[in-house]
Amino acid sequence: MLINVNMTINGKAVSGQVEARTLLVEFIRDHQKLTGTHVGCDTTQCGCCTVHVDGKAVKSCTMLAVQASGKEILTIEGLAKADGTLHPVQEAFREHHGLQCGFCTPGMVMVGVDICRRHPNADEQTVRHELEGNICRCTGYQGIVEAIVDASAKMAGGQA
Amino acid sequence: MENFAYHTPASVADAAKLLETHEDAKLMSGGMTLLPTLKQRLAAPSDLIDLAKVPDIKGVCRDGDELVIGAMTTHAEVHENALVRELIPGLASLAGQIGDPAVRHRGTIGGSCANADPAADYPAGTVGLGATFVTNKRKIAADDFFVGLFETALEPSEIIVGVRFPIPVWSHYQKLRHPASGYAVVGVFVAQTKAGVRVAVTGAGPSAFRVSEMEAALSKDFSAKAIENIKVDAADLNNDIHASADYRAHVVTVLAKRAVAARG
Repeated sequence: MLINVNMTINGKAVSGQVEARTLLVEFIRDHQKLTGTHVGCDTTQCGCCTVHVDGKAVKSCTMLAVQASGKEILTIEGLAKADGTLHPVQEAFREHHGLQCGFCTPGMVMVGVDICRRHPNADEQTVRHELEGNICRCTGYQGIVEAIVDASAKMAGGQA
Repeated sequence: MENFAYHTPASVADAAKLLETHEDAKLMSGGMTLLPTLKQRLAAPSDLIDLAKVPDIKGVCRDGDELVIGAMTTHAEVHENALVRELIPGLASLAGQIGDPAVRHRGTIGGSCANADPAADYPAGTVGLGATFVTNKRKIAADDFFVGLFETALEPSEIIVGVRFPIPVWSHYQKLRHPASGYAVVGVFVAQTKAGVRVAVTGAGPSAFRVSEMEAALSKDFSAKAIENIKVDAADLNNDIHASADYRAHVVTVLAKRAVAARG
């Protein structure tokens, strides 16, 4: 039996029919063809699939699409402005070389935005603690942490 | 995962009715344990009853000398809540040590306690603070709630509505966190309550338990020194790839001392 779901993804109202067991990340990637959100471990550990649901970072591999019905979803595709201007966290990742292979990056950036919102002027220790749910297999944490610390300061200071 | 019928009851009574009429149904709150379990096909319920649309079982309020936390309140909400931070900072701190930020945005206090994972954090907090579980049928003292490994006193169609915490004089949670999973290899919650000192341990045994010998010693002398020679019996503790029973017994005393020392 298929179930109707309606949600907003990156500001756009979308709807679809899913099985009850369809994961939010499957709806985003396979149904909506927004493949920026990655599936790394599929076991709630790596954080590659992190998106925002009603403004909060969640792992979309551990939420059903039906649970997201009626909610506002933000994925990595919806972060930059329409004219292509990067979000301050994306810009900081570019500046600090916060990525190597790039697979974990969408999740790192989405969780980074969440960290910056909750912790203005976050210090390194806070950022490292907050990144516990996101794994970078290249072990490129140094640049990632520097990027989020920098973005957090810039966002708090209104520079970005 | 296997497919299932999905329900979103609008009341606790409707959810209980669904549980009674569907033999293989499972309740879902945040789904942070249940969904991974389904994905691994360790469980394949016929029906999933999502409590997300049930009103009035979410949020924090003060009721006299107690803090009442709704079953569907997320770990992040407990961690950030101003009332919890003011009245039971030890509990706010515990909630902030569960899993990771994204998990804390979904996982709930009711779901975590009903699951009764031996390495979960909330069992130590609820037992350590002498909390009471309020269900759709009755009240259950935390001391009687955690029965064994993944086993609680809940009856098949019983649903946790909220948890009532007596506001303590002081409390603190000390945890040895597994670096990969974030679960407690051992966690010790120490509280000075109006009814006396309580010491509750999670992660070490099949379910959370109190250390009465430490409670008695701390009642006389609330200092780390007072409990330095008190060791729990390793024979009753978990022995697995993460830690031996002997090591866990040792760590219980170490963490209890650190928790007491945090009183300053």
